Amino acid sequence: MTRYVLKRLVLLPALLFLFSVTVFAIVQAPPGDFLTTYVATLASSGSSINAEQVDALRREYGLDRPVWVQYLKWMENLAKGNLGLSLEYQRPNAELIGERLVLTMVLALLSFVFTWIVAIPAGIYSAMHPRSVVDYLLTVLNYVGVATPNFMLALVLMWGAFAYFGMSVTGLFSPDFVEAPWSLARVLDLLEHVWLPAVVLGVAGTARLTRVMRANLLDELNKPYVTTARAKGLSEWRLVVRYPARLALNPLVSTIGWYLPALFSGSLIVATVMNLPNIGPLLLRALINQDMYLAGSILLIYCFLTIVGTLISDILLAWLDPRIRLEEG
Amino acid sequence: MSVLAPAVPVTAEDRVSVASNWQLVWWRFRKHRLALVSALVLLVLYVTVLCPDFFSTQDPEATEARLAFIPIQRLHVFDGLRPSPWVPDVAGKRNPTTLRMEWRVDESRKIPVRFFVTGYPYRLLGVVSTRIHLLGASADGRERLHLLGTDRLGRDQWSRLVHGTRTSMTIGLTAVTFSVILGVLLGGISGYYGGPADAVIQRLIELLQSLPTIPIWLALTAALPRDWSPQQVFFAITVILSLVGWTTLGREVRGRFLALREEDFVLAAELAGASQRRIIVRHMVPTFLSHIIATSTLAIPAMIINETSLSFLGLGIRPPAISWGVLLQEAQNIQTVALAPWLLVPGAVVILSVLAFNLVGDGLRDAADPYSQ
Repeated sequence: MTRYVLKRLVLLPALLFLFSVTVFAIVQAPPGDFLTTYVATLASSGSSINAEQVDALRREYGLDRPVWVQYLKWMENLAKGNLGLSLEYQRPNAELIGERLVLTMVLALLSFVFTWIVAIPAGIYSAMHPRSVVDYLLTVLNYVGVATPNFMLALVLMWGAFAYFGMSVTGLFSPDFVEAPWSLARVLDLLEHVWLPAVVLGVAGTARLTRVMRANLLDELNKPYVTTARAKGLSEWRLVVRYPARLALNPLVSTIGWYLPALFSGSLIVATVMNLPNIGPLLLRALINQDMYLAGSILLIYCFLTIVGTLISDILLAWLDPRIRLEEG
Repeated sequence: MSVLAPAVPVTAEDRVSVASNWQLVWWRFRKHRLALVSALVLLVLYVTVLCPDFFSTQDPEATEARLAFIPIQRLHVFDGLRPSPWVPDVAGKRNPTTLRMEWRVDESRKIPVRFFVTGYPYRLLGVVSTRIHLLGASADGRERLHLLGTDRLGRDQWSRLVHGTRTSMTIGLTAVTFSVILGVLLGGISGYYGGPADAVIQRLIELLQSLPTIPIWLALTAALPRDWSPQQVFFAITVILSLVGWTTLGREVRGRFLALREEDFVLAAELAGASQRRIIVRHMVPTFLSHIIATSTLAIPAMIINETSLSFLGLGIRPPAISWGVLLQEAQNIQTVALAPWLLVPGAVVILSVLAFNLVGDGLRDAADPYSQ
C-alpha cells in the first residue's frame, strides 16, 4: 500500500510536467499573441498605439522569444512559486487567482455536500421501496436532472427569480460586500448567495448518484445476509442502514476524489452564466484575450487538482476494498 | 389436415432458440416502452436533420428589426371541431416612449396554416432546387407565422431551431462516431496484442482521463483560428470532443478483447486456420457489438451537452452557423429573457433530445445482452 502511494507520488511531478507542456502548447496555439489582441481592441475603441511601442512591449513581455524560451521562463517562475504576471491586468496572477480559487473551492465543496445529503437518502428510499410512486417520481427527476445542462438550469432559475420575484440571483455577494475585506458579515453574505449556484451545479451529480446508490443497494438487498438479519427480527430501517447501505456506499466514496475536481471544472460554465467571481470567468477571459500566463496557470491548477483527486480516489478505493490489488496499477 | 403443419406446435421457446442475436435484442428492446417512444422522438429529430429547410417556415437568417420579439403564435390543430390548423395573428404597436415595436397575440384573428407553401428557395437534400416548405402562412407573405416567436433581430425562432437541431444532432453523432472508431481501434490493439502496445495505449488513456475536460476543451476551442469557416470549426469541435470521449470506449473494448482472447471459440477459429483479421471481425467484434452500440448511444448526450455549453460560452459553433448553444446565447441576458421567455425553448429541445438518447441507450444496454435475465 505504502509502496503504491509512493510510486504514484513519484509519478506526480512527471505527470505535471507533461501537462504543463500540453497546457502551454494549447495556450500558445492561437495565431498572434496577447499584443495582437490588445492592438485590435485598442483599434476598435478608436485609439491606437504605434508599432515601436508594440515592439517595445513585446520585448518587455518576452513575447518575441522562441516558444521554448517562453516556456522555460514560465517554468522557472513556477518553480519559484511565482505564477507570473497577467498581461491584461498588469497584476500578479497569484493575486488574481487567490480569492477566486477559494470561492471556487467553497462552491464545489458546498455543491458536493448538497449532492450527498440529497442523493444518499433518496437512493436508499428508492431501493427500499422499488416501484413505489416515490421511486418512479425520483427516477423521472433523475432522468431530467441528468439531461439538463447546468447552465440551462441556471438560466431558468435566474429568469424565474427575476420575472416573478424581481430578484437578481447572480453573483456571490450583495453589492455592498463585493469589494469589502473579509469579515463575518461578508462570510454570512456569501452563504446567503452561494447555495443557489451550489444546487445548480450539484443537480446532475445528485441525479447520477441517486441512481447509482439505488442500484448498488438493490444488489445488496438480495444477498443472504440481509435475509438472515431480517429473520433475526431487526427493524427494516436499521437493517438497511447498518449493513447493506454501508456496502453500497463503498464504490461511491471512492469516487469522491474524482467527483470534486469534476465539480471544480463544471463550475466554470455555471460561474460564467451566473456571473460568479470564480476562476471560471477569469479563465474564459484570459483565453479569449490570449493572456497566456494567466490562462496557463489556471489550467495547470485545474490539472493539478484533477491528478490529486484521481490519486485520492484510487487510494480510497484500495483502502476501502481490500479485494482490489494495486500492484499492477 | 395440412401436411405442412408442424408435428409439434411452435412455442415461444422454439422461436427464441432459432432467432438470431439481433432479433433477440430487438424483442427485448421492444418491451421497453419508454425507450421505444424515445427512439421515435430521435427519429423525428433526425428527419428534420435531413432537410431542415423543408421544415422551416422562414429563412433562418432573414432579419428585420421591426419584427423583433414577436411572441409565440400557438398552433391550434382544430378550428372548432374541424381539423384545420391555425395560429392567432399578432399585432404590433410602437411604444411611444421607447419607440420599440411591441407585439401582442391577437386571439380574435385567425391565420390559417397551410401545407406545402412556396417560400424562400433552397436545395432539398442539397440537390433538388425548390421553394416548397411543409408549413407556412399565405404564399404572398402578408400574414405572419412564427411558431416559436422571433428573437431580437426578428429572426424566426422555429426555423432557426430546426437548423440548430441539424448542427447539434450531427455533432453528437459524428463526435461519437469518431470516438467509436478511435476507441475500437486503439482498445482493440491494446487488448488483442497486449505487450508494449497495450502499455503505451493504457498510459495514453490514463493521461487523457486525468485532464480536466471542460477547461481543456475551452482552451482548445479558444485556440481555433477566428477566420475558419463554419465547416472547419464544426469539424474541429467534433475532433476536440471525441479526443477525450474515446477513452472510456477504448477501455471497455480492451476489457472485452482480453476476456474473449481466452475463449474456446477463438481458439477453435485459430486452429481452423482463420486469419487474425477474420477472427477479430467475424468472431470477436460481433459478440460485443451490441454493447458498443449501447455505450455509444449513451455517450451522445454528453457530447450534445458539451457542444451546447461550449457554443453557449461563445467558444464552440459560431454564428452565422446555428446550433442549440448558439440559439441559447440569445437567452444569456436575463432582462431579455424576461421580455421574451420563448428564447429558452431551444433549451427544452436540448433536454428532450438528451433524455431520449439516455432512455434509448438504457433500453439498448438492457437489450444488448439478450441471454441475461
